[in-house]
Amino acid sequence: MSRLDILNLSKSFGALQVTDNVTLTVEPGEVHAIIGPNGAGKTTLVAQLSGQLKPDAGTVALDGRDITRLSMPDRVRAGLARSFQITQVLPSFTVLENVALAVQARKGSSFRFFAPVATEAALNDAAMRVLDGSGLTERADVPARALSHGEHRHLELALALATDPRVLLLDEPLAGVGGAEADAFVDRLRAMKGRMTMLLIEHDMDAVFALADRVSVLVNGAIIATGAPEDVRSDPQVRAAYLGEEEEAPAC
Amino acid sequence: MTDATAPTPRTAAPAVAPRVKVAMILFAAFALFPLLAFALDDPFLIVIGTRILAYAIAAMALDLILGYGAMVSFGHAAYLGFGTYAVAILSSYGVTDIFAQTLFAVAISAVFAFVTGAISLRTKGVYFIMITLAFGQMAFFFFISLSAYGGDDGYGLSGRSTVLGSNMLENDTTLYYATLVALIALFVLCHRIVASRFGRVLTGIRENPTRMESIGFPPFRYQLTAFVISGCITAVAGVLLANQAQFVSPAFMSWHRSGELIVMVVLGGIGTLSGAIGGAVAALLLEEVLGMMTEHWRLWFGIFLVLMVLFSPRGLTGLFEQIRGRRE
Repeated sequence: MSRLDILNLSKSFGALQVTDNVTLTVEPGEVHAIIGPNGAGKTTLVAQLSGQLKPDAGTVALDGRDITRLSMPDRVRAGLARSFQITQVLPSFTVLENVALAVQARKGSSFRFFAPVATEAALNDAAMRVLDGSGLTERADVPARALSHGEHRHLELALALATDPRVLLLDEPLAGVGGAEADAFVDRLRAMKGRMTMLLIEHDMDAVFALADRVSVLVNGAIIATGAPEDVRSDPQVRAAYLGEEEEAPAC
Repeated sequence: MTDATAPTPRTAAPAVAPRVKVAMILFAAFALFPLLAFALDDPFLIVIGTRILAYAIAAMALDLILGYGAMVSFGHAAYLGFGTYAVAILSSYGVTDIFAQTLFAVAISAVFAFVTGAISLRTKGVYFIMITLAFGQMAFFFFISLSAYGGDDGYGLSGRSTVLGSNMLENDTTLYYATLVALIALFVLCHRIVASRFGRVLTGIRENPTRMESIGFPPFRYQLTAFVISGCITAVAGVLLANQAQFVSPAFMSWHRSGELIVMVVLGGIGTLSGAIGGAVAALLLEEVLGMMTEHWRLWFGIFLVLMVLFSPRGLTGLFEQIRGRRE
């Protein structure tokens, strides 16, 4: 089980401080949720952790190894994967091809020019195992562009899982998913608990409190509180900044 | 959620098969074409045919990066030029063997594609188009000022390349079939590449580079490799063109020529390989036919191109598949 250490991470866009000296440790095997109002800098933080965006200062370490200067593909190979808030798939590839490609990235060289990839059993079998867990088995041969929004979200998660991550960054996995579908998705995420370390960014508070071992609250780029979900929820500073005085805590 | 009993779906890729069939029909037609030339007693048709096949190779090579890799190279005529000048320069030193000349052309092209590709790929979109154009023009002006080989007047070859000591290519029909063999072999090569692990990565980068990075693929090295392969294949077309024309000049590498290659690919339908071959045939045949009817043939060709792009954005391939789909 792997841990992620974020130390004094800072990032500005011009005069706007989007990440303000963030220090946070995601412990091995825990689900650590980051919540915060819109514009708090959650997605920018994930972008810096995943290597999409360079921080101005500070370090990110995976199991003690400084990965701050690694590119996104190198971080994925080191075991740090992410899912996107806005679904990123390969639209004209089938569902199976999408996932098989993510498997291919960690299985053997991709500088192979002659053997047909479509019939590589090792890739397809590994991809099918990931799809089994995502409820997308029946849709394996459908082009990704033909999926519903909910299925897109499942594929998005499946693609991150197919890279076999030790630490998974989830940027609003439930974005746009509602009702019973959301409950099923939370069940899916809960089933992943303990198999990898997860940093979860999510607006859906029911999901956060159902999944998170610890919660950090990000406001204006800075972390104002970290702790067990119940403690964070009752923190008056957090209530003032984010949850809103009038909101009643949902029963867990 | 978990459904372990579901059947494993088929994993073959049937989507490419009809396009291979199209290519095979085209190759069969090419193989029979000399018979038509003999029947009409017009040997010049063979010369035009050879030119068409050579351009088909170049268009297909461009499609490999334009269609599958979303890299719109506007400087691909440079590689045609390297191919033609490799023949001229080596034969002036007495090296007339076509394999040696091809090897030289491919080596020069690989180096040029590697260096210019590495720089060009730091840009995207319109900037990529412009920077490849700029490199193409640099190569063009280099050969313009190469006075030992005639500068912009060009340079006549004293004869065609030899094949292992034999001068069999002096026969137009033999050269035609040699070009056809090269086209088929390179089609098979390109077809294998796009269906390989590498091809899937290249296509994935076209579809969504961010996603590719986030599953562990750095796009640059795959794009650059494809760019180099494409340049090398285009150089082979140049070697064959020099033999067909028995004359080389910087005109082979002008930016108009790069544009014509793009037109061929778009006309045929990008990202299909067989479409690029069909596009080369259609573009060059139209040029010949319209050229016979009017000196303003470019105007009519332009109108045709506009209509094609408007009504069949996927080119001849799209048109063909629409018609076939309607019939079924």
